Amino acid sequence: MIEIKDLHKSYKMGSNSLHVLKGINLNVEEGELVAIMGSSGSGKSTLLNIIGMLDVLDEGSYTLDGVPIKNLNEKKAAQYRNKFLGFVFQSFNLINYKTAAENVSLPLYYQGVKRKVRQEKALQYLESVGLREWATHLPSELSGGQKQRVAIARAMASEPKVLLADEPTGALDTKTSYEVMDLIQKINDEGNTILVVTHEPDIADMCKRIVHLKDGVIVEDKKVDQVRAQQYVQ
Amino acid sequence: MFNRDRWSEIFESISNNKLRTALSGFTITLGIFIFIVLFGFGNGLKNGFQEFFLDDSTNTLWVFPGRTTKPYKGFATNRTIEFRNDDLDDMEKNFPMFIEYITPRIARSGLTSYKGESNTYSTRAVSPGHQFSEKTIIMKGRYINEMDLQNKARHVVIGRLVEQDLFKNENALGKFVDINGINYKVVGVFQDDGGDNEERMIYLPYTARQLIEKNTDKIDFFIIGFRENMNYTASAAFARSVEKFLRDKHTIHPDDQNGMFVRNAAEGVKQTEQLAGVLQMAVAFVAAGTLFAGIIGILTIMIFVVKERTKELGIRKALGASPNSVIGMVLQESIFITLIAGIFGMVLGIAVLSSIGLSLQDYFIKYPYVATKTIVMAVVSLIVCGAIAGYIPARRAARIKPIVALRDE
Repeated sequence: MIEIKDLHKSYKMGSNSLHVLKGINLNVEEGELVAIMGSSGSGKSTLLNIIGMLDVLDEGSYTLDGVPIKNLNEKKAAQYRNKFLGFVFQSFNLINYKTAAENVSLPLYYQGVKRKVRQEKALQYLESVGLREWATHLPSELSGGQKQRVAIARAMASEPKVLLADEPTGALDTKTSYEVMDLIQKINDEGNTILVVTHEPDIADMCKRIVHLKDGVIVEDKKVDQVRAQQYVQ
Repeated sequence: MFNRDRWSEIFESISNNKLRTALSGFTITLGIFIFIVLFGFGNGLKNGFQEFFLDDSTNTLWVFPGRTTKPYKGFATNRTIEFRNDDLDDMEKNFPMFIEYITPRIARSGLTSYKGESNTYSTRAVSPGHQFSEKTIIMKGRYINEMDLQNKARHVVIGRLVEQDLFKNENALGKFVDINGINYKVVGVFQDDGGDNEERMIYLPYTARQLIEKNTDKIDFFIIGFRENMNYTASAAFARSVEKFLRDKHTIHPDDQNGMFVRNAAEGVKQTEQLAGVLQMAVAFVAAGTLFAGIIGILTIMIFVVKERTKELGIRKALGASPNSVIGMVLQESIFITLIAGIFGMVLGIAVLSSIGLSLQDYFIKYPYVATKTIVMAVVSLIVCGAIAGYIPARRAARIKPIVALRDE
């Protein structure tokens, strides 16, 4: 699904150049649930941004579902993001003046889906994260966990090839974190490919594979026995 | 532009950010309101000036005799020039193709009485043509006519206020008034836009006046109404010919400013119109400045709005919004707000203008209005300005990198 070869990325900081990613090689198959771990500054978020086409690589190659991702203009990048990717952020990034249902239907709007279909689908995805009855509520009326579930519903609504989650539990307490991870595991169970950036070991253990980044290189890449989050959720 | 979803996105964004929308709309409403009102005042000022200065006909030459200050062809200086009836005849004979009408004027004041009431009024002894030069409006009866002239009839046409003063509620028509001891029959009552003084006036045939004054043929001065189709240059040339003819006839030195003089009313019009034009331009300039300030206002607010929505726009881009759709959204919202707010201000301005009407007449503002052309132009420029005010921030919004916008603060 994702093929990354010899990826390099530097940031210019005045006269200095900060070499953030120093030759990353990573293959992710369809249906995998991968945790990208590392301390802050290890380059994990940069890697996720490049995979998410929010940032461009300097060297190397990146292929997503057989499509080489290079020389994208803004318009093309927007199209690919919409078609291939779903995003979940640490700070949820819901649009605060839109209701839960409107937030979920937003990627469908940019796909050009008809209004009626959009509304139905939005409710359907809210249902799947257990928030059907919260459809008409604004984000400010939801708890942190609920917001993140709305964000996940929004990310899934466009039926992406890959779901990218950047510290999805970073702003949540342990119990709520496990609830969110439970949801992510269930989505993965349905065959969706998911990448989770995290620095919390217990969250990483709930994935099927852990990629450890340190100073811009992969120091460890191992398959793990998945800890099911459901056992912590009542 | 006609995408329903786009519109519902915009309405949503507007209705969820009422204060922001109201603020940016308000600057435009105020700007266009002031623009319309000032522009209308400019037009009203022009109207007022025209009314004030131009209550008399403008296609007239006023020919006055004077007193010479230069000796000429054997005549000593300080000679009083007098016009007589034969000057009128000469005019008609020599300039028939230019002259619409010609009227002498002999002004006297007269103690006028009817029954118990009496008052002193100005009287003017004139020809029928005088009605046109003075734009006298007949309310009842008729003006002095040719028959009156031939018969040297003791007929008078009295002003509306003369009738009011002397006749109270009676109808003056057909009654006889006594002016300086002579009875005149009232054949008409008139009104005039020139104010109260003009309506406390009595007109009589100049031949009747001359008969009373020992059958003289002297006149004070005369007014020539030239043809309407003559432009300013032609009228000025005509005025020079008239002056030259009369100077020759009365043996007045060509350079003697005081011997006689001709005033061309069209010249006054030209000056008045120039003055009104300059005033109107000044007002229009201020109005345009206000509108410009309003546009700058909405530009600033839209830039702020985009700044404020950076995160939201970043999210939208992460979810697949193309740069064009972001530009389109911001632009359309800006144009929409500008247009609605602008039309609101415009309607308000027009309402204020039409409610003013004559109430500011004392300040020379009369019937202020804005031409449809100006309104159409204002609407078009509003759309353009809304687009410009929206485009600059919209382009900025489109350049937002989602990664920057989404960075956690």
